[in-house]
Amino acid sequence: MYRIVKKRVLNPTVTLMEVEAPAVARKAEPGQFIILRVDQEGERIPLTIAAFDREKGTVTIIFQIVGGTTEKLNHKEEGDFLQDFVGPLGKATETEGLKRVAVVGGGVGTAIAYPVAKKLHDVGCHVDLIVGFRNKDLVILEDEFKAASTQLIIGTDDGSYGKKALVTDLLREQIEAGAKYDRVIAIGPVIMMKFVCQLTKEYDIPTVVSMNPIMIDGTGMCGGCRLSVGGETKFACVDGPEFDGHKVDFDEAMARGAMYKDFERHAYEDACNLFRQEVQ
Amino acid sequence: MPNMRPDKNPMPHQDPQARACNFSEVALGYTREQAMDEAQRCLSCKHMPCVAGCPVQIRIPEFIAKVAGGDFEGAYQIIAQDSALPAVCGRVCPQESQCEAKCVRGIKNEPVGIGRLERFVADWHNANATEKAVPPAPNGHKVAVIGSGPAGLTCAGDLAKKGYDVTVFEALHLAGGVLVYGIPEFRLPKSIVQKEVDTLKELGVKVETNMVIGRAITIDELKEEFGFEAVFIGSGAGLPKFMNIPGENLKGVYSANEFLTRINLMKAYQDGSDTPIQHSTTVAVVGGGNVAMDAARCAKRLGAEVYIVYRRSEKELPARAEEVEHAKEEGIIFKTLTNPTEILGYHNPDDPRDPKNGSVSGIRCVEMELGEPDASGRRRPIVKAGSEFEIPLDCVIMALGTSPNPLIKSTTQGLETSTWGGIIADENGLTSRENVYAGGDAVTGAATVILAMGAGKTAAKAIDEALSK
Repeated sequence: MYRIVKKRVLNPTVTLMEVEAPAVARKAEPGQFIILRVDQEGERIPLTIAAFDREKGTVTIIFQIVGGTTEKLNHKEEGDFLQDFVGPLGKATETEGLKRVAVVGGGVGTAIAYPVAKKLHDVGCHVDLIVGFRNKDLVILEDEFKAASTQLIIGTDDGSYGKKALVTDLLREQIEAGAKYDRVIAIGPVIMMKFVCQLTKEYDIPTVVSMNPIMIDGTGMCGGCRLSVGGETKFACVDGPEFDGHKVDFDEAMARGAMYKDFERHAYEDACNLFRQEVQ
Repeated sequence: MPNMRPDKNPMPHQDPQARACNFSEVALGYTREQAMDEAQRCLSCKHMPCVAGCPVQIRIPEFIAKVAGGDFEGAYQIIAQDSALPAVCGRVCPQESQCEAKCVRGIKNEPVGIGRLERFVADWHNANATEKAVPPAPNGHKVAVIGSGPAGLTCAGDLAKKGYDVTVFEALHLAGGVLVYGIPEFRLPKSIVQKEVDTLKELGVKVETNMVIGRAITIDELKEEFGFEAVFIGSGAGLPKFMNIPGENLKGVYSANEFLTRINLMKAYQDGSDTPIQHSTTVAVVGGGNVAMDAARCAKRLGAEVYIVYRRSEKELPARAEEVEHAKEEGIIFKTLTNPTEILGYHNPDDPRDPKNGSVSGIRCVEMELGEPDASGRRRPIVKAGSEFEIPLDCVIMALGTSPNPLIKSTTQGLETSTWGGIIADENGLTSRENVYAGGDAVTGAATVILAMGAGKTAAKAIDEALSK
């Protein structure tokens, strides 16, 4: 069992949890992920490692409530235990030799972009961190982002905070203004990563994306997380989760990601109803 | 006088129509009377040919004699000396090509039902024995076992019985490996696997779940930082193969590993399960091995019409005859001498947001005929010209075999592997690294439970000899 040592609600649908998992913290690196189960009957879900503390033996995850499992997870409090917590899984982000990088995050994906930006910033790389949210209420981790970047650029869809622009527009502005990026790292909804990659292809900037498909074991056993990269089938869990964004078949990834959408919606409603009954 | 009846006592089964709708065990097991009667068919041959057919050399005539005399616990104690998982082997071993293939009674008639008797004895013990296993005095040596499938559990059990301090590391949240994620409940109830794991824990074996060796801890760290003097790698063959035909990444295409893991490990077949699975109308399972049969029979139990699509003829099906027969009884349709060339997808040109876009709508196949034997000795299937046809369906399961997971290889320097990824080990299981042993599917590629157990046993013996020097 894995104890939740800290819980912080970042916005109405996004929560941060710091979990005691020394074996995971010991080896964790930015870009890697964990798989957890909330309880005995729970499904296995992958979540990217947002931060880790080797001395305390803790790993931080940030998740958005999108289905039954994340709804159940969000009802766990500090001091509660998670049934299973396994990792670190996947390959770590490669940061070697990078001088100037744009890290682009959207929505809850910004939380996943954070450790990557921080690592690059820590080793002296110039990091433009471009983050996008739907509106002001959904903006998260602003202080952390500032500390992990050379320049933080925030955009919202409705202009209620930062600039009224999509992350692709903000990135284009930087490139047009003369920023010479060795690499763009895009992490967020699949559709956002797709458009970031279309843009960077125009400018011929190498771009890495972090894929977060449906998974079960996370060790290469089931192949549920497979995606097409440059016409080849890859497993996100062991070959990724980061891939050359100019080669990923995003349309296929979006279709595969929606495979259990109906099930998820029902599971989410069931979980909500259950908790509502408990409250009453 | 032995019972000279020519046939085995038949195994009682759940009715095929009833069982095709539930996940309860298909074979119901002998009663004590049936077991004692069957045991009396054994001739107690002095040269014991059956024992030579058993990969772990269970003293078969001795345990059968105990069953004939009604001493079931005595029979169990004899089996337990050589097998760590009798209730499992009694169910999933291919006895027809091992012990029973060598049975003298089988020359003219049916062999003695050795597997059925083993199962009876193990079940009797599990239901009636009250004494717990007693851990032996510790011998002060620490051994790590990677993977809790049949190879790992056997190796761990044998070492624990000799007083070793054994820790088993399992990547998933539950111990048992392929016995829990692969083989379905209706063939091997999970409570039986749990019972076998619990017995090992009583012997003092520690089981660390959620530990992915190669990621969380490397083999070198196990030896250098964690003080394990020897390591046994029993990580299995978990990497699924695909055909590399168009459409394999459509929604509704599963590897057998994924389909079975969702059902067996994650219990997706139960109402209210947190883990989803597609409930399909028509399913094609591609492949002809035991795993293909398991996947097909699971899909049937979820309510689908199910085809087995296999490129050779029925005679070449690698699955056990018993499994093929059970599948047929349950209404699985066999399309042999058939090979898929493409998986067809649904695409609505008028509505890009149609949720069905990108999902499976059918499978395109060609008919095959058998030519000259190939390297495997089986006749090579050749495409029949102009035989292309389509089957409309909404789910395809690829059961084409698996290869060893590269995770440990890629994180262990100096660990030699073959071109197809199997770890290279000598006849004692020793790898190219000092005090690192390996066995089971990780070495041989996908094989059987009992061969993996045999490898675990051999390695345990070799580890004991190396460490007690």
